[in-house]
Amino acid sequence: MSANTQPGIDHQGAHPLDDLIRTDRIPHIWCPGCGTGTAFSSCLTAIKATGIPYNQFTMVSGIGCSGRAAGYIKIDSFHTTHGRAIPFASGIKMARPDLNVIVFSGDGDLFAIGGNHFIHAARRNMDMTVICVNNLIYGMTGGQVAATTPSKAKTTTTPFGNPDAPFNLPLMAYAAGASYVARWTILHVRDLTNAINEALLKKGFSFIEVLAPCPVNYGRRNKQKSLDTLRLYREKTIIRNGADPARADIDFGRGVILGTFIDRDRDTCDELYDATCRRNED
Amino acid sequence: MAFWRQPLDTQEIHITKGLVTIIEDRCKGCGYCIEFCPTHMLAFSDRFNKKGYHPPQTSRPDDCVNCHYCEIICPEFAIYSVEAP
Ligand code: SF4
Ligand code: SF4
Ligand code: SF4
Repeated sequence: MSANTQPGIDHQGAHPLDDLIRTDRIPHIWCPGCGTGTAFSSCLTAIKATGIPYNQFTMVSGIGCSGRAAGYIKIDSFHTTHGRAIPFASGIKMARPDLNVIVFSGDGDLFAIGGNHFIHAARRNMDMTVICVNNLIYGMTGGQVAATTPSKAKTTTTPFGNPDAPFNLPLMAYAAGASYVARWTILHVRDLTNAINEALLKKGFSFIEVLAPCPVNYGRRNKQKSLDTLRLYREKTIIRNGADPARADIDFGRGVILGTFIDRDRDTCDELYDATCRRNED
Repeated sequence: MAFWRQPLDTQEIHITKGLVTIIEDRCKGCGYCIEFCPTHMLAFSDRFNKKGYHPPQTSRPDDCVNCHYCEIICPEFAIYSVEAP
């Protein structure tokens, strides 16, 4: 301990996740109170908890604030073009079926520009884990309305409030064929970590939606400081495992359902490909 | 009449003690750890870190129960707890 080090204050840094982050890039770029950091940290804890060697994982992310995650994790990772994280990840999985492929990206990247890729990866049951940090807005580009912005919420492009209904992501994942579908918030970080851990060990297409505050671009225009958003997550959510995803739309006035919606087994893309196209090879 | 009774295993329940550590220069002062620590033992300090934020500090380090909640809610990898020696 150096002379100016106080007990309980660590100036060197020996955080338990330091072996999984590129510490030379920390502090990361995410704003104070941004939920992406917590979702990312939860994902790293879940990776660690599987006990699988780190070199058997890879992380792929798209464009947006949460897309930066691929640059902070200390394993092989890919920061891809906008909306295309899932196609890149599918390519990796087809070439290296032994890898555990994680897609970590935002709602805009995965469900607006990349929406079609999501649908078809779920339909084909690509064996991967998709973690969507849903902050209800386009954060990086300055707070424009997104496909996930709740009705009536104010954004730079909806100054009178959003006239449209937001996407119900768990319903869409279920309808397209995902094997595992869950939703948590960053406040429920223990459940979130358990869900990511389950999803990583699950065969098939797993999808986890993480509600996370964007205090700078969503919160500021909707009179929510980051702590207010976390209190909303505590007061206006209902934990109901096995709930019907059709009831999972995001309306904080009525209450937002959290939990594991779907956990089912289907043949994966890789298994079906082997059985159909490689059956005469041996 | 006493409405509650002493649970039978009070003597055996072992409350873990933790030692919380703050990596000050990583903190961005979001206050999540302070707000959600179950023993409310953290508070903003008056000091500034390198980036100009006030990192948390504690005046009651012995209250830490090593629940790790501050560690897992922190978006910045700036705080963690270990079991007290
Ligand atoms: S703009 Fe929003 S989502 Fe992006 S880093 Fe800042 S708080 Fe997070
Ligand atoms: S480990 Fe738990 S009790 Fe200790 S400081 Fe962190 S949140 Fe508080
Ligand atoms: S949660 Fe982390 S970043 Fe936020 S105040 Fe606590 S130590 Fe600082």
